[in-house]
Amino acid sequence: MLKGENMKIYPAGDMAVVVKTGSDISPGTNRKVRQLLFALQKQAIQGVTEIVPAYNELMIFYQPWVVAFETLLDRIDKAAVSLEEISLPPARLVHIPVSYGEEFGPDLRHVADTKAISHQDVIDIHTGTSYLVYMLGFAPGFCYLGGLDGRLSTPRKENPRTRIPAGSVGIGGDQTGIYPLESPGGWQIIGRTPLKLFDPDSTEPFLLSPGDTIRFQQIDSQEYQQIMDQIEQKVYKPKTESL
Amino acid sequence: MLTTVQDSGRIGYQQYGMPVGGPMDELSYRLANLLVGNPEGAACLEATIAGPEIMFEKEVWVAISGADMQPQINGKGIRNNKAYLMKRGSILSLGFANLGCRSYIAFSGGIDVPVVMGSRSTYLTGKTGGFRGRALMEGDKLMLGEEEAKPLTGNLPPEIAQLPFATGPIRILPGPETGSLGLEALKSLLNSTFAISMNSNRMGYRLEGAVVKPEPESSNIISAPVTMGTIQAPAGGEPIILMADRQTTGGYPRIAVVASIDLPRLGQLQPGDKITFEEISLEDAQILLRERIKLLDEMG
Repeated sequence: MLKGENMKIYPAGDMAVVVKTGSDISPGTNRKVRQLLFALQKQAIQGVTEIVPAYNELMIFYQPWVVAFETLLDRIDKAAVSLEEISLPPARLVHIPVSYGEEFGPDLRHVADTKAISHQDVIDIHTGTSYLVYMLGFAPGFCYLGGLDGRLSTPRKENPRTRIPAGSVGIGGDQTGIYPLESPGGWQIIGRTPLKLFDPDSTEPFLLSPGDTIRFQQIDSQEYQQIMDQIEQKVYKPKTESL
Repeated sequence: MLTTVQDSGRIGYQQYGMPVGGPMDELSYRLANLLVGNPEGAACLEATIAGPEIMFEKEVWVAISGADMQPQINGKGIRNNKAYLMKRGSILSLGFANLGCRSYIAFSGGIDVPVVMGSRSTYLTGKTGGFRGRALMEGDKLMLGEEEAKPLTGNLPPEIAQLPFATGPIRILPGPETGSLGLEALKSLLNSTFAISMNSNRMGYRLEGAVVKPEPESSNIISAPVTMGTIQAPAGGEPIILMADRQTTGGYPRIAVVASIDLPRLGQLQPGDKITFEEISLEDAQILLRERIKLLDEMG
């Protein structure tokens, strides 16, 4: 049990510990995860090799022959005590250009029909809000996003597709997200972004990080192609701002 | 059969969803590198069930650790766990494993493939890292690093190479969800015999045997990070041990975690092999781990 905060620590085997900051998916619980991550990174504890944030917990990987379990608990305690005083660096808002519908969004019609709204309504609602990147997982660059408007919630496809192109933007139940790699999947695909969420050969392989916020931006197929060309020539810079 | 390039794994990118990868039997991987005098994280080959035939176009020290695949140099039988000098034009060939599952073939200088996010390990799902992001095929050519070789002369202490083949229960610790969802599930694990199912690979091993369910049955957890050796209990009842290429997060209850000291033993299991589990305390698991690290450090 940690002092000062409603957090719980559990060993996850003999080379990792988990700190749970809450039991729900909410910006508040997630913010505590990021504050603790920030505080621990600043402490730069010798023997800690990696820290992975998730919705409501942080997993801290360590080498017990360098830092003892009890010492690690102590250092986590110290980091947790003054969590509220930690000011996180300004969050980043990243604009994700998306070409909606037609060949890039074969399920846009289905979503519109299911929700009894027009195609453009779907697009306006989808682009009309910002989404918090709670965490990444499942595949490199895959973001767990919060904030999908309930008016767009649509069940997954009964028969998943065997091949969804990388960059595809979809809706699955209450979630929305972007496929970073080509893969099979059951989400309703409403559009595609020319941006690469995961580019292993780049010096910055990941476009998005936990704690970022994104907004989708409607573009047409011409602009889509222009951005693709710029990315290929390595001159494209995503539109970002500080929040 | 699957031969891939692996180094010690990709560290620092799990927060972006990038798997760690690396060797399934880390101990044998380290021994092979030690024998040829490579630095700790050098890239080598991991061969699964059966091994390749390799022709050498320059003089190189080579060593094999892990499963015994009856290695031969130019048709003459050689041993695992010893460094051999391969001359130009010589051929190293490996057959089928008669005990265990995976062999590690280390070359002096290490395998020189591009470093992707700090590591030379192969990430098969993402088709990146290692040798062109894929398993090795006939005709592939590997380049090696140019560092001067300092192979280990003499033999390894025989017990150390046998550690991944130890018999007896696999030692486990309770997981983060054991207390809330998994006490019965942990008991099922500890009181049953399991077989590694055919549905097993570098991402994880499915276990057939007793049904192991979280309580309540339909429990999923909010997606959370996992470690190698984490045992998940999906509602379907067939537990999964997560291995080297596991996804970085999962939504199933984490009801136990294999002690790090026993992870190399898991790396040597094949589908059909039977295992049982016993519980070990965190303190004891870490004492054993520290002893193992000390032993390896003294050999280096």
